[in-house]
Amino acid sequence: MSLLDIQNLSLAIGDTQILRDVELSVAPGEVMGLVGESGSGKSMTALTVMRLLPYAARATGRVAFDGIDILAATEDQMCALRGDDIGMVFQEPMTALNPVKTIGEQVAEGIRWHTKASRAEAEDRARKMLDRVGLPEAKFPMSRYPHELSGGQRQRVVIAIACALKPKLLIADEPTTALDVVLQAQILDLLRDLVAESRMGLLLISHDLAVVTEMADRITILRRGEVMEAGDTARTLSEQFHPYTRQLAQASMHVPARARPHGVETGHPLLRVEGVTRDYPGRRMSLFRRAPGIRAVDDVSLSMAPGQSVALVGRSGCGKSTLARMILALDRPTSGTIRFRGETITGKSEAELKPARRDMQVVFQDPYGSFDPRQKVEKLVAEPLHVLERKPTRAGRREMVAHALHEVGLDQRDMDKYPHEFSGGQRQRLSIARAIITRPKLVVADEPVSALDVSIRAQILDLFAELNQKLGIAYLFITHDLTVARAITDEVLVMHDGKIVERGKTSEVLDHPQSEAAKALVTAAPDLHRAIARRMQEQG
Amino acid sequence: MTAYLLKRLAIAIATLVLASMVVFAVLEILPGDPARLMLGMNASADQVELLRNQMGLNAPLAWRYLHWAGGLLSLDLGRSYTYSVPVIDLVRERLAVSLPLALIALALSTIIAIPVGLFSASRRGRVGDTISMGAAQLGVAVPNFWFALMLIYVFAVWLRLVPAGGFPGWSAGIWPALKSLLLPAVALALPQAAILARVTRSALIEVLNEDYIRTARAKGLPYRAVLWRHALRNAMIPVLTILGLQFAFLLAGTIIIENVFYLPGLGRLVFQAITQRDLIVVESVVMLLVAAVIAVNLLVDLSYAIVDPRLRSRQ
Repeated sequence: MSLLDIQNLSLAIGDTQILRDVELSVAPGEVMGLVGESGSGKSMTALTVMRLLPYAARATGRVAFDGIDILAATEDQMCALRGDDIGMVFQEPMTALNPVKTIGEQVAEGIRWHTKASRAEAEDRARKMLDRVGLPEAKFPMSRYPHELSGGQRQRVVIAIACALKPKLLIADEPTTALDVVLQAQILDLLRDLVAESRMGLLLISHDLAVVTEMADRITILRRGEVMEAGDTARTLSEQFHPYTRQLAQASMHVPARARPHGVETGHPLLRVEGVTRDYPGRRMSLFRRAPGIRAVDDVSLSMAPGQSVALVGRSGCGKSTLARMILALDRPTSGTIRFRGETITGKSEAELKPARRDMQVVFQDPYGSFDPRQKVEKLVAEPLHVLERKPTRAGRREMVAHALHEVGLDQRDMDKYPHEFSGGQRQRLSIARAIITRPKLVVADEPVSALDVSIRAQILDLFAELNQKLGIAYLFITHDLTVARAITDEVLVMHDGKIVERGKTSEVLDHPQSEAAKALVTAAPDLHRAIARRMQEQG
Repeated sequence: MTAYLLKRLAIAIATLVLASMVVFAVLEILPGDPARLMLGMNASADQVELLRNQMGLNAPLAWRYLHWAGGLLSLDLGRSYTYSVPVIDLVRERLAVSLPLALIALALSTIIAIPVGLFSASRRGRVGDTISMGAAQLGVAVPNFWFALMLIYVFAVWLRLVPAGGFPGWSAGIWPALKSLLLPAVALALPQAAILARVTRSALIEVLNEDYIRTARAKGLPYRAVLWRHALRNAMIPVLTILGLQFAFLLAGTIIIENVFYLPGLGRLVFQAITQRDLIVVESVVMLLVAAVIAVNLLVDLSYAIVDPRLRSRQ
């Protein structure tokens, strides 16, 4: 008998059809993985079960939880179910907690509401739950506020809230997407243990096939609101019977074809970082006292040859973005020098930096946030041209933009559109076009594909590889995702606590990591091949 | 927290000192000799000069500033040229009307605005929202003296519940005094409430889109509980800012309402003092208002820290 049984679920918001005849079930103690790309309707399926849909949404079909008809239940009945029998964990731990309430209050609140327990009892249970999710009293008193915790710790609090009353069903919507791989592995372990402990059903929603394969007993693959394939995880993914399943699996393991690694030693390195350190002063505690400072980057040296593709990997907060900002001359090192094309760029004025800026560009993680929504593509892509010696004419500018758009696989007519007219993947192409328009020698890409769906990610990685071959651009990829590093880089630098702890050829470092930090990253990284193999083995 | 407090306090004091210099300097530059005004146009130049010496108007600027600022600190504000009484007595008498009036109006405005804002935000785009925001729009647009006249017509002339104007003084008893402040307070509060309701609504709407609201709903809290427990406190910062500004306005910007209701308030005192070049009164009242605004801003800053723990830990 299933705990959750969804039959013929269709959902429309206004005139837009979101879900069509979705079928899905979760048994007690079972992990059901719901996989799909963005816009496939995964989150809407979850919100339907919680009945937390947007105001204008209309759902038809049948959703039964523990014998209760969810779609016909009254709001009071739903309030009694939410947080008590059904818990939910959300994607973004940084914003999922109320910033003005302590973590203790937030965990205890649901307990008090549902059990009518006294404040002391509820706080006692909340304390136990926080201990259970790995936030012990000594280090994490209940009086802590969310802003005093890191992303992974906040996600533990969210899980504590969702599991405080031992729900029969837990819905986890991309619970680890915003976390680095090591934290991801820890959170997944925690979820697995909680399922085993109380025979809780888990509906795990993710765009990451590898994560779902490691976790789920059964899997449902959703595309544009319709179920493509559903069944036993190991069988579904090893047989890859449905073409879409095959497509997803291939995309998530995609490695772009690269003829030969660039960056043969030519004598002159393109970039040389020597003994760079960056300190941040500590917070002022009172008028005369400061907390000890933070050393974000600690005596880092590295060098890159022209056309070489290098990955800088490490966990969140390890200092990789700070290092990248200093290389881009957006931040000044406390000590050490950075040389680009043989010239020192540390300590120079903005005017003196102009020629260097022409040769280095950046691509950011979030294709949604990095464009001014009120400007046309022509203007946005042409932005870096102001560093050119001679300003191009308007016709010349249009021609350069058209050329850059063509190189990233967009149409030149796109230059008269606005950013919102493009999909996420197309927008990332736009930011790449913006980066290559000045014909730079170096592009720094900060998590350039981590916000993209697997199939789009594969295309963007191909584009990076192609531009590397065609234009000889050197890349510095900043990422916590080892599959990206493996796919596209020749060399890898592993960063931990501000230091570079390991470096070498990408395949060697990733196959035979030596340092603790690199080993932790490699073991924690989800890998589809490995996950399928393990599933097959477990099932004989 | 203490660091935050001390820093705010230091800023407040520095602002006060700076403001006192500006007020003093501006009134120095203004044309019009107080001695000449006191003695009338027929007085001889010698008489004027004598009075100027008596009043200390011929002393050096810096000395006069220090003398004046020192007087402010010991609450010795000097004597009014026109009323010939100590300024402090004048101010005290007027504050006894203006301060309660401002506080009542502020309380009324808050009591009306926050529930209306909550109601509107929770029904965004529906009929209730449209009606209450339409009313708020009207409240912002219609001048408060017109409200005042309507209130007098209905409650004083027609229903005869309260007096149409004047102030009997607190010595006449608390209830009669309060009764005469009631209509002016309502007239002052309505437009303020309209602004505050709009601010509350838009702050709430922004907060209601936050992820933690969804987390709270997923806990099983009903919508109303989420609104009161989670959304309201997070929406308080812009509301507190506006409240602070409104208090400053209500303390002295009420001259029209004071005139409509014949109230002997601070606004009228300043107005009369300005027209009669009674500079010492103007200076004193302006400084009082500056001090009040700075004090309220300090309070608002402190309440930010109470509302939002993130401000406490930041420096």
